[in-house]
Amino acid sequence: MKFVEEYRDPQTARNLLAELARTVTRPWVIMEICGGQTHAIVKNGLDQLLPGKIELVHGPGCPVCVTSLELIDKAIAIALVPNTIFVSFGDMLRVPGSHKDLFMAKSEGADVRIVYSPLESLKIARENPDKRVVFFAVGFETTAPGNAMLIAQAEREKLTNFSLLVSHVLVPPAMSALLLSPQNRVQAYLAAGHVCSVMGYHEYEPLASSFKVPIVVTGFEPNDILAGILAAVKQLETGRAEVENMYPRVVTREGNLPAQEQIKRIFEITDRAWRGIGVIPQSGLRLRPQYSQFDAEKIFDVGHLKAKESPDCISGQILQGLKKPHQCSQFGTRCTPQSPLGATMVSSEGACAAYYAVRKFRPVG
Amino acid sequence: MCLAVPGKIVERHEENGLAMGTVDFAGTTVSVCLAYVPEAEIGSYVIVHAGFALNVLDEEEANKTLALFDEIDELTKRSQEIQPK
Repeated sequence: MKFVEEYRDPQTARNLLAELARTVTRPWVIMEICGGQTHAIVKNGLDQLLPGKIELVHGPGCPVCVTSLELIDKAIAIALVPNTIFVSFGDMLRVPGSHKDLFMAKSEGADVRIVYSPLESLKIARENPDKRVVFFAVGFETTAPGNAMLIAQAEREKLTNFSLLVSHVLVPPAMSALLLSPQNRVQAYLAAGHVCSVMGYHEYEPLASSFKVPIVVTGFEPNDILAGILAAVKQLETGRAEVENMYPRVVTREGNLPAQEQIKRIFEITDRAWRGIGVIPQSGLRLRPQYSQFDAEKIFDVGHLKAKESPDCISGQILQGLKKPHQCSQFGTRCTPQSPLGATMVSSEGACAAYYAVRKFRPVG
Repeated sequence: MCLAVPGKIVERHEENGLAMGTVDFAGTTVSVCLAYVPEAEIGSYVIVHAGFALNVLDEEEANKTLALFDEIDELTKRSQEIQPK
């Protein structure tokens, strides 16, 4: 595939690793924010190939993982309301709620449907005018433009049976929270390439300068990730702390302006609870008041739900990079993708799922 | 959710007032919303995410990155000549 294979070339990977070995002189801790990058790293064994002095730590860039337990419980409650069609991306169906997940609700008779593109949920709404259709709008800034478009379209088409259950989260406030934490030992960050392709990377410049950490915008192919790590290490070794773009074929400093405008038109910033982490101020998006007729949380009164997290799940520590999946006492035994205790074992971007897929029960080498 | 590979736009049309297109990922074609990449043309490579094209791939920048990899290849070769193992 064009623009893909070249960034997976094994000889280039070996060369990048050799250059890393020549450059690094002392231990460094680097965090990749995005769950998609975590999966690419673990799948390609990149963390095992790096010189021993470089430690990679996994971040909270898994929107499915950080969707609050309360919202999962609400989603399930809405799905179980008669004459409702609940539409979602596939990952969300196995995320454990307090008592069950969406997949179990489906087996109890709820009409829960999986889509690849959010636009399909509009099609479902058009085709089922007598049902209320709710789309679970989960994601970072990467899916916000698509979900914003749903509202713009629903408004244009004057749909009265369509709404969003919004669980959008933003990367820069999460990074601030991690950087402010007294337990933080991360010295450089790989910023999520596709989030930056939408938002640009100017928002990271104040973070790099005030916290004095290199932030390198990084892609997802193995060589993109190695190149991002190399750039971060070069900065660390020379005492620099800048935002650097190692994914320029897709990311520009300004990002995608039409997408940003649409996001601002439809959504506003709000405080948000991150599962396993807690409330991070100004870290989420919600629908603006003029779109409340499309806001599922306002339309459906699902009562006061008391959320109950599994006492054994350490997802929160994993999402903050404080522990790794194989350090969890339940990993691979009581907690597997078939019977997950937490979202990080379920999501295609969850660190636990990534480790389980390669049977990574302990560090190698 | 973040994972996306580049695909080539092979066709454009409008549907329900939205700019849509067909994007070819090495043989597999998918229907994609092109509303956020107004500058994209037939033949452009785009990064697609959950049914929406979010960016047009900059081929010049792509080649610059590959040139950087070639430079590192050179560095590696030279250092191996200095210290043959």
